[in-house]
Amino acid sequence: MTTTLLDRVREEVGKVVDPEIPVLTIADIGILRDVNVEGDRVTVTITPTYSGCPAMDAIRGDVAEAMERAGCVDGEVRTVLAPAWTTDWMTEGAKRKLLDFGIAPPRALGVGPVLCPRCRSDATHTVSEFGSTACKALVVCDSCGEPFDRFKEL
Amino acid sequence: MTVRSPTPAGVATASFPYVLRHGDDNLILAQQLGEWISQGPELESDIALANIAVDHLGVARMLLTYAGELEGDGRDEDALAMGRTERQYTNLLLVEQPNGDFATTMARQLFVDAYQVELWAALTGSADPTLAGVSGKAIKEASYHLRHSSTWVIRLGDGTEESHHRMQRAVDDLWRFTGEMLTPDAVDEQMAAIWVGPDIAAFRRPWTERVTAVLDQATLQVPTDDYARLGGRSGIHTEHLGHLLGELQWMQRTYPGMTW
Repeated sequence: MTTTLLDRVREEVGKVVDPEIPVLTIADIGILRDVNVEGDRVTVTITPTYSGCPAMDAIRGDVAEAMERAGCVDGEVRTVLAPAWTTDWMTEGAKRKLLDFGIAPPRALGVGPVLCPRCRSDATHTVSEFGSTACKALVVCDSCGEPFDRFKEL
Repeated sequence: MTVRSPTPAGVATASFPYVLRHGDDNLILAQQLGEWISQGPELESDIALANIAVDHLGVARMLLTYAGELEGDGRDEDALAMGRTERQYTNLLLVEQPNGDFATTMARQLFVDAYQVELWAALTGSADPTLAGVSGKAIKEASYHLRHSSTWVIRLGDGTEESHHRMQRAVDDLWRFTGEMLTPDAVDEQMAAIWVGPDIAAFRRPWTERVTAVLDQATLQVPTDDYARLGGRSGIHTEHLGHLLGELQWMQRTYPGMTW
């Protein structure tokens, strides 16, 4: 019984996407830290990407709805700050999805070329360290001229 | 000099005034930077300042929430932000100085950013686990903020005659407010004694080195006057904070408890 509730919650919560980047689930990004069931009590733990990430309120609401869909009657969405979120928690699959979506993914250790999501050229330059959201920088491709967002390493 | 042995995390709790002051710094900074929205010299800098404002607001919300819990009188982040008067705010005088021109804002941000990278790095090892958690996030963001303000100060200082002149004027005007960040008071000393907070006097050297390096590269003169204007930490503010709070708190003062 407990196991099935856990499975259902994991499945439903696992479907919750980031409202700013709808191709990625909160599990892909590393925002979803834990799903725990003790008896009927379900606790889902999430962590913010940036301190002031405005998407957190929406995500918290979406997680609560997903828990309800999974049949939780006694549920809590917990927010933890430590250990601090890092782009290293983003899965390789998530990074590919990001690139296909038009956002250059964070690079491992913050080194290596930034690829243009449109033409895949590595000749790109940063226009601003701060893009459309706190977690992204604004980059322009020197080969095809495409301006795009880059997910910053954190 | 005393050498202390490391203390395991979680053995001590920060005091209400200590958490409150750092929350206040970030709330006031967020409000100031928010004023630049739609006023920035170019779209990218406009967006950058808004993003930095959101970072500071996020830190402020966490710290004010925690301060309210420590106080134990049922005040939440909103009650603390919207319900306190000027004299009850304990932010640094530096952060309440008006935006002025873009050079003034960048000088203020450089001075604050260079301080906050030291502060958050030190607080990451705080014996208070909540403070350590908040700082662990804030330090990553502060590094981006420092890069942003440093880049602008260098570009403006080493720019045209006009931008150089304005950047130097901004640095000179704000310099007297920088000493406050590096001058411990009784609250700082109490927190340092129980491993919750760092000795902020020790920030003076790295702060000065960092700021000097940027100003040198910007071809600007480092002010030599070491007079420090104090008062913010004890609620004695410059004339600017009252006006700022008037705008920040207007809605809640006019319609108490209003929500949407």
